[in-house]
Amino acid sequence: MRYNSEVISNNKEKLNSKKTSRKNNLIKRLLGSRNLGDLIFERLTLLFAVLVFLLIVFMGYEMYTQSKLSISKFGWHFLFNTTWNPVDEVFGAAPAIFGTLVSSFLALLISLPLGLGVAIFLSELSPSWLEKPLSFLTELLAGIPSVVYGLWGIFILVPWLRTVVEPFLMKHYGYLPFFKGVPYGFGMLAAVIILSIMVLPIISSISRDVLKAVPTSQRAAAFALGATKWESTKIVLANARTGILGATMLGMGRAVGETMAVTMVIGNRPMISASLFNPSYTMASVLANEFTEATSDLYLNSLIELALILFIITIIINIAARLLVWSMERKWKKA
Amino acid sequence: MNVVDKIKTVQEPARFFSEKDNIKILVKNLSAFFGKNKVLKNIYIDIPEKKVIAIIGPSGCGKSTFLRNLDRMHEVVGGTITGSITFDGEDIMQMDPVYVRRKIGMVFQKPNPFPTMSIFNNVVAGLKLNGFKNKKKLSEIVEKSLKQAALWDEVKDMLNESGGAISGGQQQRLCIARTLAVNPEVILMDEPASALDPISTAKIEELIFELKKNYTIVIVTHNMQQAARVSDYTAFFFMGELVEFSETNKMFTAPDKKQTEDYITGRFG
Amino acid sequence: MEKSITQKANYYRRKTTNVFMMSLTLLSALVAILPLLFIFYYTISKGISHLNIDFFIKMPTPVGETGGGMANAIIGTLILLGIGGGIGLPIGIMTGTYLSEFGNNKFGFMIRFLTDVLSGVPSIVVGVIAYTLVVIPMKHFSAFAGGVALAILMIPIITRTTEEMIKLVPHSYREAGLALGIPKWKISISIVIRSAWKGIATGILLGLARAAGETAPLLFTALGNRFWSIKIFQPIASLTVYIYEYATAPFTDWNEQAWTASLVLISLISIMSLLFRFITRSKYKNVN
Repeated sequence: MRYNSEVISNNKEKLNSKKTSRKNNLIKRLLGSRNLGDLIFERLTLLFAVLVFLLIVFMGYEMYTQSKLSISKFGWHFLFNTTWNPVDEVFGAAPAIFGTLVSSFLALLISLPLGLGVAIFLSELSPSWLEKPLSFLTELLAGIPSVVYGLWGIFILVPWLRTVVEPFLMKHYGYLPFFKGVPYGFGMLAAVIILSIMVLPIISSISRDVLKAVPTSQRAAAFALGATKWESTKIVLANARTGILGATMLGMGRAVGETMAVTMVIGNRPMISASLFNPSYTMASVLANEFTEATSDLYLNSLIELALILFIITIIINIAARLLVWSMERKWKKA
Repeated sequence: MNVVDKIKTVQEPARFFSEKDNIKILVKNLSAFFGKNKVLKNIYIDIPEKKVIAIIGPSGCGKSTFLRNLDRMHEVVGGTITGSITFDGEDIMQMDPVYVRRKIGMVFQKPNPFPTMSIFNNVVAGLKLNGFKNKKKLSEIVEKSLKQAALWDEVKDMLNESGGAISGGQQQRLCIARTLAVNPEVILMDEPASALDPISTAKIEELIFELKKNYTIVIVTHNMQQAARVSDYTAFFFMGELVEFSETNKMFTAPDKKQTEDYITGRFG
Repeated sequence: MEKSITQKANYYRRKTTNVFMMSLTLLSALVAILPLLFIFYYTISKGISHLNIDFFIKMPTPVGETGGGMANAIIGTLILLGIGGGIGLPIGIMTGTYLSEFGNNKFGFMIRFLTDVLSGVPSIVVGVIAYTLVVIPMKHFSAFAGGVALAILMIPIITRTTEEMIKLVPHSYREAGLALGIPKWKISISIVIRSAWKGIATGILLGLARAAGETAPLLFTALGNRFWSIKIFQPIASLTVYIYEYATAPFTDWNEQAWTASLVLISLISIMSLLFRFITRSKYKNVN
């Protein structure tokens, strides 16, 4: 009997000591293989990253829910209806969408060749003493606030258009539908010009980066074959065309979202016309002008739906642009 | 001991050192992997206390990987191992890696002082960043470590200059001082002089002679003459395996294995 | 070697094309700077007229009266930047740190992608978001709502710059720190981020400069205020909104003040830029 109880108590001791040593090992392993500070650091930074994620998801979701009223009332017709009448509560986004797309597209027509020209000049042609100050100046252009552009537009650009440019165009090219109508100064033409100035720095700086990413071996090969500078540049451009397309799309994205400068010179009337002299409206301008005046829920919902459309358009343009720029950079990293 | 255990112990190679010698680090059946790639194969090696062990071998034989396993730097780049490494009897993989690295310090091939810190702060970086604040004590440690690294006389008047403002050889000695300041027991050196000029190299070798009085040193080198000059024992690695381990004198005059002899006489590598 | 006639003609044609195209690019460079010069010229020449102490100390006068200043707007812009920075800076830096230290997984990829998307969202849409996020629940406009809008605009820039600057720090610094037995998180903060902070500060500056020039998102968040107010949960004035209002108003005196406000705003942005360059200058003379 005693023998048995001794064995039992011996075994009990063995079990207990095994338990405590197992517990000690567990603690050692928990604290030992993973430092506590590291864990906190990782979780804390993760928390903020999750916050950013939630914010963006929330953005899309909120805009959708806050525009439910007008979505249910107008449906797809919202996109095609050309009447935007707050008084009668009929909301069609077509004029605003038209204004946004046309003004951006035309602006790009001007700023693409100019921006590309600047980029080519800076990366291929200019002597190094000129390159730094010149590129600094173009970036300075990008830093000027939109309202200041608008201010300049109202008091300098518009009068000039009204008194000099538009009458000139009317006189010599008035048979074209683009130059009919009364030259107010304010209107699509003013918006297009200001937009092109604002988009130019984006196109020129990204294009310059893209051109610089093309290895000098390409240019060297061209020169070794007896090419002129321009011919070598054509080859570099061909290599960089995906990236330049990406730069253009980023510029388009910026133009589409540009608000203040455009609002101040575009005349703010929801009409669709071919003439550049006529006032127009962009989605961003509608929001800027009318958001604080939305008196009814339907009005507010329609405005938010407009914001949602603008949001989606810019996202699509930006995604496409980034993909293009990325693919170009990857192509040269592999080579 | 049942039959299986008996067979397992029989397959282990005979140990070079006996129980009498003080073994600081014991490596048993170490195999190291990068993903599926086995870069070290079944290494058995004993690192005795307060001696200099040189690791030699041709490029790509795994010597740096082996060294990095000793202070758990292998896992930092995503490597894995099987087998065990014990330090003073304890398995280092079960210990806090931060603790392991304080006890087993490392000097790298390319000197890497912190350029945003002064020389003073570089030396005590390991202490300051672990919360040590006593200014007087820190100054003492700076002087002691720099003297141990044979750098004190050259920089004692410029302790507030940037750690990057001195020459390559001085930077490497600064890194050694920095390693010494945290009071390790073992110092691992990964080709410490290969990026330096001959005079700095000679200074570093003198330093190793002095240091081994107080520290265990394991040095990887591709320079066989350096290994012959500096070390007490030498290990020859080839293609991830430990080919031979013996006293340095013997290794370079009468090696056991033909492969060792071929490498030492320059027939390959 | 004799050149045939067609070869010679070809050669000259190519040469002429070359000179022509290259001059075109020079021309476009000049044309591109022209608006910049115009804007600076007009802003300075027209803005100087009202640039006096009154502008900085006095409040705007009632409609129709001349004189007065924009003291409330100047303070308002600074307060909005403070709120926006206070929210946006920590979020941006922490997220950038997460992406560079731990972000090599699917979640990190998605965050990176989403911040890129966020950077392309027009500022007016961000204003609408801040409206639904803050103004609607609070039931009135406030400086806080404006600050939130500005923070959302700053986050992508700061995140991306922080991540890229941290990634530029050489791996050898981390290795050295690890080998000394310093815990990973201490290495990230005291060694890596400390090496990268100048680049990070540049990102912060870029974010602040962009936010300072924003008008659209403030129009229906911070709204504007004709009186002196530094209360965070009330509407607040800002330079940009004032420029908009005064530029589009029918009063010449107000129009002129708009130019002055533009001058002050551009100077503010330039001063921020210079200040940052000063702060981030190298402490040591010769650093490798």
